[in-house]
Amino acid sequence: MRTRPDVGVDDDVLVSVRGLRTHYSIRGSFGQRLVGREAGNVKAVDDVSFDLRKGEVLGLVGESGSGKTTLGRTILGLVRATDGSVRFDGEEITTMSERELRTLRRQMQIVFQDPHASLNPAMTIADSVGHPLRIHKVVSGRELERRVAETLETVGLAPAEQFLGKYPSDLSGGQKQRAVIARAIILNPVLLVADEPVSMLDMSVRAKILALMLDLRRELDLTYLYITHDLATAKFFCDRIAILYLGRIVEIGPSASIYEDPKHPYTQALLRAIPEPDPRRSVPRDLPRGEVPDAASPPLGCSFHPRCPRAFEVCGWETRDLRDLLESRWSHQEEEEYARERALIENLDSLDIPRVDVRLRAASRRGADVLELLEAAREEDPDEPFWRGVRSTRAVDDQAEISWHEPVEPRALDVGPVRVECHLYDEDALAEAERRRVETAGSEKAGV
Amino acid sequence: MIATPVVSVRDLRVYYGTVRGTVRAVDRVSLDIGTSEVLGLVGESGCGKSTLGRGILGLLPESAASDGEVQYGGKNLLTMSAKELRHYRGPELGLIFQEPMTRLNPLMRIEDHFRETLEQHEPRLSGREIRKRSLETLGRMGIPPTRFRQYPHEFSGGMRQRIMIALALVLRPKLLIADEPTTSLDVIVEAQILSILADLRENFGTALLLITHNLGIVAEACDRVAVMYAGEIVEEGAARDVFAEPAHPYTQALLRSTISLETTDLHSIPGAPPDLIAPPPACRFRPRCPEAMSVCEEKHPVEERIDHRRVLCWLHGPHDQIPEGGAEKLGREEISVADEA
Repeated sequence: MRTRPDVGVDDDVLVSVRGLRTHYSIRGSFGQRLVGREAGNVKAVDDVSFDLRKGEVLGLVGESGSGKTTLGRTILGLVRATDGSVRFDGEEITTMSERELRTLRRQMQIVFQDPHASLNPAMTIADSVGHPLRIHKVVSGRELERRVAETLETVGLAPAEQFLGKYPSDLSGGQKQRAVIARAIILNPVLLVADEPVSMLDMSVRAKILALMLDLRRELDLTYLYITHDLATAKFFCDRIAILYLGRIVEIGPSASIYEDPKHPYTQALLRAIPEPDPRRSVPRDLPRGEVPDAASPPLGCSFHPRCPRAFEVCGWETRDLRDLLESRWSHQEEEEYARERALIENLDSLDIPRVDVRLRAASRRGADVLELLEAAREEDPDEPFWRGVRSTRAVDDQAEISWHEPVEPRALDVGPVRVECHLYDEDALAEAERRRVETAGSEKAGV
Repeated sequence: MIATPVVSVRDLRVYYGTVRGTVRAVDRVSLDIGTSEVLGLVGESGCGKSTLGRGILGLLPESAASDGEVQYGGKNLLTMSAKELRHYRGPELGLIFQEPMTRLNPLMRIEDHFRETLEQHEPRLSGREIRKRSLETLGRMGIPPTRFRQYPHEFSGGMRQRIMIALALVLRPKLLIADEPTTSLDVIVEAQILSILADLRENFGTALLLITHNLGIVAEACDRVAVMYAGEIVEEGAARDVFAEPAHPYTQALLRSTISLETTDLHSIPGAPPDLIAPPPACRFRPRCPEAMSVCEEKHPVEERIDHRRVLCWLHGPHDQIPEGGAEKLGREEISVADEA
């Protein structure tokens, strides 16, 4: 048997992920590459840690760009980790060679989102499903045929003879996804990563594929990593849920707790946004504004703060938030009004560089004019969380100087059965915010 | 029925010619959409819902043949010449597509998209008025004026879809057909777009046909709902009523199979929708229907009205047209697990 170098590794844990980071570098323009400069990198997975226990279904839930797919692929070694560790049954896979990984892949398989693209259109179903057996040289000839037929029947493609010689184009979407699942389980894997396995299928078929996956879990003792954007199927399917936002797990815990008592404002927003098919239950929803920001330059502090209705002093307020605030104000204004206000600030693009202090030059050469604009915006919506982040504003000759409170980086905290990354649950961050509030109030008073 | 519908579809049929035979994608569909009304059209892939939407606007491929009536402003759109129809499309009838990414010209600024649209349809507008109208519509969709001169690639997916909607609305159409407008978007952005669409009637008085496979969206955003199966509308009524008490066995099955946060059991509809080249001769849902009777195999169902609802199912009558012994229960046909959609 395998030896376990680590003391204290939990016997129940199949996959243990610690401090995992997967960064992609962005290739800049030709000129930039010529002088050896990278345009930056995208932190697709950014310091993620969790355990996947044997026999468990863990849901990785997030919107597009949250890094859920990259995380799934990094765990399988399909994408190289930049930093951190992934242990599969005690073995470190981030440093494995391709050859070592290939042996291990018999135990871990993946089902992709698009069943139409996952099967080679020129291969019969028998060839596709039997392919892994051939590649890993497990069996051949008669025995291979027998295994393929048996697996097809396991996934509900029965009688198998009816499907063996068919091509993917002869099959419906649900049947194709069954064939893809058959191919994934034919090597008797321990872990199955299912990346949006039902999102391309019709409602009436989704339930069948999920039921099949639940049956297989029982029959074959499978452990699932279920990657999805759909909180409704995840609720039904998963034992535990991890909510991802811009490469980080912002909340993780047992499904029951996540759905009954979501802690992170992002989780709360996601749950509120799901359209409910029962019109008697639908309630007016307050939705977070905007979309998932660009992962190449994430917001300072907590990545969710620009959209968060409960964000406060230390959440990471900065220049780009001011630009968003002004733009959303202008989009509701009459053209003349907008033109007048826009003309006050000389260069709006200076707000695109993430900073916690900035000097805006007033076109009128009077910094106070820009401050007046800010004051008008604050008066229009004084409850906007943005204003809590502003530490000071002052006019310096022809410029307006604005500074925000230094962000405090969010950290993972255990709150009851869940682990959550949000300052609302962090005593220290709350105390720090209180201290800054007092300080700001004090300096305002002194200013008067 | 609606007092003064914006558009009134009667016995619309759209057939496609294929090498295997004629596909009856839309088969004798009738429906009305009232002023400031949101009608949801739901059904699974291949039921003909997109074809119906395009058929109403006369945007069908050459291989398609259509028949019936689409009454708009006292005229039948189906018998209009292509040239005449072009005058209606845009200022009167708008369309929002599924894929916002592929419908904007990557080489044109947002401003140019709007200028082109308005110059085409309202040539009398001045440059100033064009700008004012465009900015105002974009602003309502939450797109700031600072970004008017940017290119499509500089926007996120949700913003591009809002630009598409603004581009359709800037002409102030009476009827807007939105074909799966949120399918490729994230759930929060989807909800944002839906609330924009729901506000259309207040802001613009536009009637909306919202085509979707997502029942949750219909429940949230629509006044009425039409359920489509195999080219036919099998049930239509107030969204609230239909969802609370679905009358057609297909609607019932579809609602039961939808996975929502309230789901505690998985249900699915056995079998697959029929081949529209040779659909079942009488009721098209009969092979999958748990309530099927012998009449369902023999006679095509006749539309029956119950209160403000219409249903295409023998269970609801008209009972005097069911032949003797026709009410005998048959139940569902034997369907193997593998025979599915």
